[in-house]
Amino acid sequence: MFDGYTSSELMSIFAMQGFAGLSLFSVFVLMALGLAIIFGQMGVINMAHGEFMILGAYTTYLTSGFFQLYLPGLFGGYFFVAMILAFLICSALGALVEWLMIRHLYHRPLDTLLATWGLSLIMQQAYRSIFGAREVGVDLPEWMMGAFSVTDLVELPINGLFVMIIALSTAVAVYLLMYRSGYGKKVRAVVQNRPMAEAVGVNSAGIDRATFALGSGIAGIAGAAFTMIGSTGPSSGQAYIVDTFLVVVFGGAQSLIGTIVSAFGISQAQSTMEFFLSGSMAKVLTLLVVVGILMLRPEGLMALKVRR
Amino acid sequence: MSVAKGKDTDFLLAVEGLTVSFDGFKAVDDLSFYLDPKEIRVIIGPNGAGKTTVLDLICGKTKATAGSIRFAGKELTRLKEHQIVHSGVGRKFQTPSVFEDLTVFENLEVSYPQGHSVMGALAFKRDKAVIEAVEEVAETIFLTCALNEAAASLSHGQKQWLEIGMLLIQKPDLLMLDEPVAGMSVAERKKTAELLKVITKDHTVLVIEHDMQFVGDIADRVTVMHQGKVLSEGSIEHVKSDPKVIEVYLGH
Amino acid sequence: MKSLSPLKWFASREGLYYLALVLLLVAVLPLVLGPFRLNMVGKYLTYAFVAIGLVMCWGKAGILSLGQGVFFGLGGYSMAMFLKLEASSPEATAIQSTPGIPDFMDWNQRTELPWFWEPFNSFSFTVIAIVGVPVLLAFIIGFAMFTRRVGGVYFAIITQAIAAILTILIIGQQGYTGGVNGITDLQTLMGWDIRSDASKNTLYFVTVGLLFLCLFVARMVQNRKLGRILVAMNAQETRVRFSGYDVAAFKIFVFCLAAAFAGIGGAMFTLIVGFMSPSFIGIVASIEMVIFCALGGRLSILGAVYGALLVNAAKSGFSETFPELWPFAMGALFIGVVLAFPNGLAGLYQNYVMPLEDRLFKRSKPELKTAAEPVATRPSAEKADNYDPMTNTCSPEKS
Repeated sequence: MFDGYTSSELMSIFAMQGFAGLSLFSVFVLMALGLAIIFGQMGVINMAHGEFMILGAYTTYLTSGFFQLYLPGLFGGYFFVAMILAFLICSALGALVEWLMIRHLYHRPLDTLLATWGLSLIMQQAYRSIFGAREVGVDLPEWMMGAFSVTDLVELPINGLFVMIIALSTAVAVYLLMYRSGYGKKVRAVVQNRPMAEAVGVNSAGIDRATFALGSGIAGIAGAAFTMIGSTGPSSGQAYIVDTFLVVVFGGAQSLIGTIVSAFGISQAQSTMEFFLSGSMAKVLTLLVVVGILMLRPEGLMALKVRR
Repeated sequence: MSVAKGKDTDFLLAVEGLTVSFDGFKAVDDLSFYLDPKEIRVIIGPNGAGKTTVLDLICGKTKATAGSIRFAGKELTRLKEHQIVHSGVGRKFQTPSVFEDLTVFENLEVSYPQGHSVMGALAFKRDKAVIEAVEEVAETIFLTCALNEAAASLSHGQKQWLEIGMLLIQKPDLLMLDEPVAGMSVAERKKTAELLKVITKDHTVLVIEHDMQFVGDIADRVTVMHQGKVLSEGSIEHVKSDPKVIEVYLGH
Repeated sequence: MKSLSPLKWFASREGLYYLALVLLLVAVLPLVLGPFRLNMVGKYLTYAFVAIGLVMCWGKAGILSLGQGVFFGLGGYSMAMFLKLEASSPEATAIQSTPGIPDFMDWNQRTELPWFWEPFNSFSFTVIAIVGVPVLLAFIIGFAMFTRRVGGVYFAIITQAIAAILTILIIGQQGYTGGVNGITDLQTLMGWDIRSDASKNTLYFVTVGLLFLCLFVARMVQNRKLGRILVAMNAQETRVRFSGYDVAAFKIFVFCLAAAFAGIGGAMFTLIVGFMSPSFIGIVASIEMVIFCALGGRLSILGAVYGALLVNAAKSGFSETFPELWPFAMGALFIGVVLAFPNGLAGLYQNYVMPLEDRLFKRSKPELKTAAEPVATRPSAEKADNYDPMTNTCSPEKS
């Protein structure tokens, strides 16, 4: 499949596709981080996670509209306001969903899957009723347009770089929160031994709610970032959900590093293959390889060997 | 290996050089011991000594990192759990694990050693032999009267007996019991000791137990484990007077 | 229960439930509904095959597959490929640049039939493939996953990914599969026109017949020891394993059984609807199949039939009147069935209707109750004929 390309062209192709892959990587990381902390903490898969992301995207869309109308002078900074708003709105909704629904289902993870799927249907239809079925896009602030030229053939778009920075900073923040804060210590205590954590005074129900809210909030940030590189429709979230599940499972359920490594691997494989094969075959091949590896190594890439 | 070869005929179970490590931590470390047929062996030791892990290794729940487990001349370390059961090893868990939704009768019937393949389970019929075997075991485990009760309604002690019964009906050569009297009332303890005496007439039994009184009642020989290794082995009097055992386990 | 003669069995409570379903499907609906509606019911019933499989697989054994659409699709596509080849005779496709191959292949500049289409010229191969291909795939997935003790949420996610893969593959490979439109314009089954009202009527009754065949098989599995092991495995997998059972083999079996049912359903779907397309087999379609089973009652095979009928009828009803409300209703159904009534209609029936029946008819034979369908709690095992539970009168001592 490399016929007809010179080696320098090939290098450029890999670099460009690699960068295109990095945009996908950023979305994967942001989506997967939220899913992974919820899954790692409570063993719950949130099927509506994509719809939480889209909520963040619509929040950004509305914020940008608001700035255009009322605060055009500050338009360059609307994204940061939108991101914070997206985080707050999504985590508030997450806490509400946890309280109404998830907490009743902790011993039935499969049922949670179905219930959150129902939630995702409702959210999608709500978006369709409110924002219409068509995809909406936001105007980028001036400073985010354009591209860095690295060589004559290789250009890196600034919005893509920016989204990647957000993804990596979020990952670092989550890491610090999980491993360097009192909250993180409590989360890990509950994961390892719920009754014992409760016995020493950890409010495990509160930790659950906070974690679900946090995961949903990160989905909101993902949505805000998503608007910088693509347009948003009612079912855009669903398009990513299977890939993101695979990213989480492939990385190893309780490993943040694993999640990031697998997000990187899957996104790079997919975007590099996309250049040489049709998009659908690239995706089929990527998913097949991931599913194949998971069948051989179900614990994922990074997992501890523990006495069970 | 050469040592084991000659002795295979004598020992029912020969555990040699058994080691398992979890992320570098050796829960069982180069452990060797041998069981004679019809022997009652009790394993004692402080918490975390690796007692339960030894049973897990023998019954295949945990895979050994190194070493061999030979049972009636057959190497168990490479077999799957159900194959080990079919070789004649029965395992009772520390917390009673019975099928709560099924009746006592059905619990025993499920354990009856017939129709264990998928097709076998499809063709399985409750015939006279099954009913007789179930009733016989029910009598041994003092549950004749409760045959049609759901297992969920049994007391803690009765569930323990039921699980022992579920092993008995498999007609194993080796029974492994993890703390069979834990959480039992005094009366139940007595009855369990009685039960074990009946069982041991025609089974080899490997028991983990903390209650020294109970250990003294039933054990032929005692193995004391500490930090994954054998600390002492012999009659109950022998280990009770072993200074190392007193130091780490029994206390002065 | 085994000893009951067929006549007596139909007079038992369980028998009456089956009789009621037979009456509904064979007499009431065909008499009340016109040919168009009856054809719709036939389509809904093809989903009931999947739902029955899910009862066995998910309800009993606790294995949730979010990819049953894959097996439904494999059965459906097998049938569609056979019908398409029959519709693509060189005479019928003379205007194509390559006559004798399916039209969509010609549009995609293919000039010969791909190798994997060849065997579908044979009807007997097709019939075997309808069950065989789904079962083979289920076996491969099940063997890989269950022997490595993968279950629960992981299994659900992987099966969902497989549904995604198959859909993307079919849509992407238009020249081989008909792409997003699917395989359309199917006309005859070995010369017999499947589009006329009369043949649609016949297909309806064939579907009903096959459905009862599957119900019979499922009921047999559920009532034998096999069924008890499946349920026990769900609750106490380790104990089952250490009672000497190869747990993985049982899981593979029930997963393959569900796949076989789904394949049959898919093939009948193709015949009844007249085409097959990827939209019936993807992630969304697959997870909807779970709700058919959940609404009926995840432990009740009869409930699954009613679940498939009701959800699909409601879906058609909504899309005719308020299409924008349907996703809300469907979402609420998913949430409600999980949070409020996890045993579905069968559970509601057992809790509220059966006590009424008891009072009305004053049933005196307790052993028939244990055989009652729908069963919302764990299925009770059959009692041996010569074992009388009543002879034990003493109660167990509780200490």
